[in-house]
Amino acid sequence: MENSKDRLILKILPYLGILAVLVIWELIVDLGIVPNTLLASPIQVVKLFFIKLNTADPDGAVLAVHIATSLKEALLGYSLALIIGIPLGLAMGWFVIVEGLARPIFEMIRPIPPVAWIPLAIFWFGIGLTGKAFIIWASGVVPCVINSFVGVRMTNPTFIRMARTYGASDWEIFKQICIPSALPMVFGGLQVALAASWTALVAAELIAADTGLGFLITMGRRLLMPDMIVLGMLMVGLTGVVIGVIVDKVEKRLVAGVRR
Amino acid sequence: MESRLEQQPVNYKISCTGLSKSFGNNNNKVDVLATMDLHVKENEFLVILGPGQSGKSTLFRIMAGMETPSTGTVTIDGKKVTGPGPEIGFVFQRYTLFPWKTVLGNVEMGPKLRGLAKNERREVAQHYIDLVGLKGFENHYPHQLSGGMKQRVSIARAYANNPKIMLLDEPFGQLDAQTRILMEQETIRIWEAEKRTVCFVTNNIEEAVYLGDRIVTLDGKLPGKLSHVYEVDLPRPRDFTDLEFLKLRQKITDESQLVL
Repeated sequence: MENSKDRLILKILPYLGILAVLVIWELIVDLGIVPNTLLASPIQVVKLFFIKLNTADPDGAVLAVHIATSLKEALLGYSLALIIGIPLGLAMGWFVIVEGLARPIFEMIRPIPPVAWIPLAIFWFGIGLTGKAFIIWASGVVPCVINSFVGVRMTNPTFIRMARTYGASDWEIFKQICIPSALPMVFGGLQVALAASWTALVAAELIAADTGLGFLITMGRRLLMPDMIVLGMLMVGLTGVVIGVIVDKVEKRLVAGVRR
Repeated sequence: MESRLEQQPVNYKISCTGLSKSFGNNNNKVDVLATMDLHVKENEFLVILGPGQSGKSTLFRIMAGMETPSTGTVTIDGKKVTGPGPEIGFVFQRYTLFPWKTVLGNVEMGPKLRGLAKNERREVAQHYIDLVGLKGFENHYPHQLSGGMKQRVSIARAYANNPKIMLLDEPFGQLDAQTRILMEQETIRIWEAEKRTVCFVTNNIEEAVYLGDRIVTLDGKLPGKLSHVYEVDLPRPRDFTDLEFLKLRQKITDESQLVL
């Protein structure tokens, strides 16, 4: 009896925490402790959320369009990062020639923060989809390469030795042993890459865009609408969580049995 | 002595002649194996018995072709061993199953890498899964199996390559005492069903007497050298409490120089 009561309290606690923050936040704004021009109250944000569902004004697009723009950019850049980064990293981990060729270039580019690419990306691709996709690609490709590389390098040498005694070729060992054993690391990289790309995307949209969640935040600042800024921030966070969960689900399905 | 060696028939399965091994360079040399000769007959169950730090794992790796001896040669069927090859099947103390493969996937890995057709390798794999008593566990992943079952898979996997020689390096060292005895019985059952030349490394005297046709002991200090050879002509299945068994066990214990 006591136990189930404890468990109930534990279940309620997180909601209580959130509720407390919302109430305090609401009160701070309502009581004028922080002026409304600087911070919007939760109720104002929710109201704006419902308005923005079907109203394009004052920033030029409904919420769904902003989300769609950001998602499209993220998806394009992120997929390109995976398609190029993972095979490159895997190959760098196993084939000496690939590592020798690619590693110095990679190590040169790696320390440049993705955000630093934004000005060049605007020069090259303008403020549309391509430019954003490029920024996201630049920030996502690095963790993809590193984790795939390390994943292959961490392959248990006994596995490789054993495969050799079976008479397997280098290519077969790479395919049958190194890649599957690197998978958990690769998927870890996907999550890191996702976080990095999403951050870079919002940064890019803050600087140059005409739709997108980052743009929504910027418009909130320009129009002196703190509720719009907060709404944009919340939507960025929420969308990010949803994508993260999807990647996690895919990972669980693909690497069944790999985790001990 | 010379003439007797020359008269010996060359039908030894494994011949180690003038074998020695030292690690490091001239200034910092560690002699691990003193010069030794060791011959193994076809389908013989040879046990290499020695405490930790007696060089038995080094001897094992040299026989397996994973390490080159400092002097001397290892030949299998009269041919010099230059590297690990398909004629040898391995079972290690540490579980070395591919964690991303099911039991079936693990056992058919060797035939697959050798290029056997799918239905052919299925048949081979199923045969050995049945032989080691894992029927019904084909689709389990290694992390779902107990330690003893994992070693059964390892044995099946080694057999599936149809090796002429089985090398087992303290395969039951991590198992609890009861499972260990069971696995020793199973090892003999499997070996009697499909005879191979076996070299079995262990530090357990009882295990050695239970399993071996012949036991060679290594001294318990570096460099390891062969100290005694025991022919075990007890009938199988052997009984751990049989008087002859206990006598031999005592004899080996008395004659081995354990250095702690």
